[in-house]
Amino acid sequence: MTALIERKHNRLSLVLAAAALGMLLPAAQASAQVASPVLASARASGQVGEQTDGYLGFPSVPSAEVRRAADELNIKRRAFYAERAAAQHSTVEDYAFTMGCQLIAKTKPGEKYQAPDGSWRTRGAEAPLRNNLCPAT
Amino acid sequence: MMHRELTNRALAAKVLPMQGMRSGKRWLLPMLVGGAIALSGCVSVNAPDKPIVIELNINIKQEVVYRLAADANKSIEERPDLFGE
Repeated sequence: MTALIERKHNRLSLVLAAAALGMLLPAAQASAQVASPVLASARASGQVGEQTDGYLGFPSVPSAEVRRAADELNIKRRAFYAERAAAQHSTVEDYAFTMGCQLIAKTKPGEKYQAPDGSWRTRGAEAPLRNNLCPAT
Repeated sequence: MMHRELTNRALAAKVLPMQGMRSGKRWLLPMLVGGAIALSGCVSVNAPDKPIVIELNINIKQEVVYRLAADANKSIEERPDLFGE
């Protein structure tokens, strides 16, 4: 559990650093119209999964390409969450957490998602394990 | 006659150890209760050897999440570039 939190923190600092870099290079933030094919296949193969905090995570060590694509998407997600949170008079963390609830609920069988205890699960036909605070879908 | 007396005594001697066992069980229960109390006392006094993990999500109020849920669902629909396959 502690190792997991440390890893999460490391990833967060990585994302924040990447976010800072992204602000310096606005061209890098040009929004694509569809999700990247790299992430689509990584999601299907379980290399990335939905975390409880509303961001993509890595159930196993990802390839450099997948990691880059996921980090890039997480930066875009964070910017979007900040925008929506402001509109809803909420915090980025609360909005992102709510998104995590709904995104996990929408995962398809075979895809990976993070359970409330932090462990990675493979979505089956049954409803995914979600935090007790999550709303009904 | 002698033979009969011996048999009676044998029977009487059989009853006595059973009574003895019953008095032994009377000792056993307080000992177990006392042991359990002593043991639970020890557990509560000992400091945990692992760090205490705090669930951060507790800070998020359920009503906030419920209020945001509709907007979150709309976001997923409207931004397939961020939340699509």
